[in-house]
Amino acid sequence: MSKVGAPDKLIVNGKRLDGRKFDEMRELTIKAGIIPNADGSAQVDLGGTRAIAAVYGPREVFPRHLSDPDKAYLNCIYTMASFSTPDRARPGPSRRSVEISKVVKDALAPAIFLEKYPKTAIDVYIEIINANAGTRTAAIIAAAVALADAGIEMRDLVSSIAAGKVDGELLLDLFEPEDNFGDADMPFAMMPRTKEVTLLQMDGELTKDEIAELLKMNMKACEKIYEAQKVALKEKFATEKDLAQEEGESQ
Amino acid sequence: MEKLYVNDRDIVVPGEMLADGIEYLPSGKAFRDGEKILASTIGIVSVKGRVVKVIPLAGRYMPKRGDVIIGKVTNIGHSGWTLDVNSPYNADMNIGEATHEYIDLAKTEMSKYFDIGDYVLAEVITISEAKFIKISAKHRPYRRLNGGNIIQVSPTKIPRIIGKQGSMIKMLKDMSGCDVVVGQNGLVWIKGVPEKEVVVANAIKVIEKESHKKGLTDKIKQMLEGGAK
Amino acid sequence: MKTLKPYLSALLGKQMREDNRGVYDYRDIQVEVNPVARANGSARVRIGATEVLVGVKMNVDKPFPDTPDEGVLIANAELSPLANAEYESGPPGPAAIELARVVDRGIRESHAIDFEKLCIRPKEKVWVVFLDIYPINDDGNLFDAASLAAMIALKHAVLPKYDEKEDKVLYKELTKEKLPMRVQPLLTTFAKINGSTFIDPTKREEKAMDARLSVATLENGQISAMQKGGTGTFTQKEILDLIELAIEKGKELRKLLK
Repeated sequence: MSKVGAPDKLIVNGKRLDGRKFDEMRELTIKAGIIPNADGSAQVDLGGTRAIAAVYGPREVFPRHLSDPDKAYLNCIYTMASFSTPDRARPGPSRRSVEISKVVKDALAPAIFLEKYPKTAIDVYIEIINANAGTRTAAIIAAAVALADAGIEMRDLVSSIAAGKVDGELLLDLFEPEDNFGDADMPFAMMPRTKEVTLLQMDGELTKDEIAELLKMNMKACEKIYEAQKVALKEKFATEKDLAQEEGESQ
Repeated sequence: MEKLYVNDRDIVVPGEMLADGIEYLPSGKAFRDGEKILASTIGIVSVKGRVVKVIPLAGRYMPKRGDVIIGKVTNIGHSGWTLDVNSPYNADMNIGEATHEYIDLAKTEMSKYFDIGDYVLAEVITISEAKFIKISAKHRPYRRLNGGNIIQVSPTKIPRIIGKQGSMIKMLKDMSGCDVVVGQNGLVWIKGVPEKEVVVANAIKVIEKESHKKGLTDKIKQMLEGGAK
Repeated sequence: MKTLKPYLSALLGKQMREDNRGVYDYRDIQVEVNPVARANGSARVRIGATEVLVGVKMNVDKPFPDTPDEGVLIANAELSPLANAEYESGPPGPAAIELARVVDRGIRESHAIDFEKLCIRPKEKVWVVFLDIYPINDDGNLFDAASLAAMIALKHAVLPKYDEKEDKVLYKELTKEKLPMRVQPLLTTFAKINGSTFIDPTKREEKAMDARLSVATLENGQISAMQKGGTGTFTQKEILDLIELAIEKGKELRKLLK
């Protein structure tokens, strides 16, 4: 079952090709508020994958016919910069990016109080600057932080990570060679507080027990990711403490 | 078991648990989920007795009745004007709410009162369920704002720009000789001589960025005295 | 623009600008080299709050028929709605296309890239250099930020391995061979409001401006491209004065290429 270009082994001496343990995530770095023009924004580095998210809204809906009298219209556009992949990708949407835009939107929507913003649009734009697998999970991590950064009312943040099966072993956060030549990949997202799952996809071959195991792995990792998202947001707003206290009364 | 999970002045993120127990009451950007009280936006906690309040630190301006705002005319209709008030929703000003004068459309065009691109200081009079916002510039001090410079700041910083009992805005005005009008929707109008307008604008930008820092008032004073950046 | 233009114009009349800059001063410029591992060369440039990311990717393909032994440069700009509330999703519109073509022109006309060295087999195989421009935050003057980022990305670009036998580019394997560059054109953009000219417009200044003039200069003081934009006009004297200034400013910008 080996594809062209596959390395001999993806797991050597119980370690992955990048030295990680089976249930170890790549290094995660999150910065909130990096795009001044946007209402909210964030940059996420998940190993070698970098995603930038910008949120504009709530704002007027265009085209008008998409306006919903009961809630905000959540618009999510995920694209990959042409230089983000080994082969240069043609700029603009692809079938893959359109599908990912949709599943990312479906991953974020349950967390947002869309009903508080009738007849508006909340536009979420995500650009992948450098791709090394896990792009949709990095996108969701960034978008959730950007939405919170924008002050949009949410019932929870959304955290996301993928896990899969490679050379018979269950691994967390597959990176490129594992994603390309592994047996299965399962991207996942959840609202950390309630543990409700908002994104689940899988391709490859897995048994039910393996899936249960991977879900556990994903959930545990998402708890860590949630902490990192919180820290990034609090860091950005940490300096606001003194101000807001004084003005508490006037709100 | 009843429990409070946060302290006064803690910064919280959406979904963060603030308290558990039916006796606690959510206020501001806090909501109840079963017996739990949670934050719905990034904000700062204020605990007063049983009331757990979240003061938002970000978010676009959402108009409230009685708010004083500065809007920009974007459209002139048959019976009124539409204004952009820096909110997800536009505002309407009916022809009867424009001024205390009687407007005779046979004699004067509506654009003579407010034209597209004009800035207007107005009050929010009603907001319907469907988020139709009606504003009025009928009574003093509401009016068209002519000339000057309009800048935009985060609405959450407006209280700081006004200052305790208006002390900051008073200093801005007195020391620059400019007229300064603040809209709760984040727009600020500055009118004086251009060299002073720019100093006031920059001072306000500093207040926006460094609102939390100690010694801000002195720094602003220095800027207005015509020295520091 | 009812209040903005008269206000900015009044300030310019006193040689002043909103951010206390000199009329011919650039905003603070920050440069990050090769932030994108997947690109063959990349740069992230900030001019004030304007931020542009440029990536270089190389491929091997047939040359254009009229330049059978020269490599090819293809520049593209994507004005993602990420960067500005007024941008819309979709294929590049006039603004994106103008941006890409102006950056391209400065490089192409000066033969900044030694295209002949990019020939592998005349008439059959040459290197194609893709230059992709992505604004991240638009606070005015995307031109100069994009041009500077493009130059830095090209300067640090390294050729990937090309397997001639298999006719395949091995995208993940880089050689030590740098992209052959000859000269380094850099764009300097001026704007005009009511007779006052100034450099490096912010978004607000761009909104109020009557016209703009971008000039690409080389180390030796020659001009390799010019572009006038906006519906206003320039006088002949203004143009020559601005060209003179562009040459000076080009020298300043060039220091950032080191």
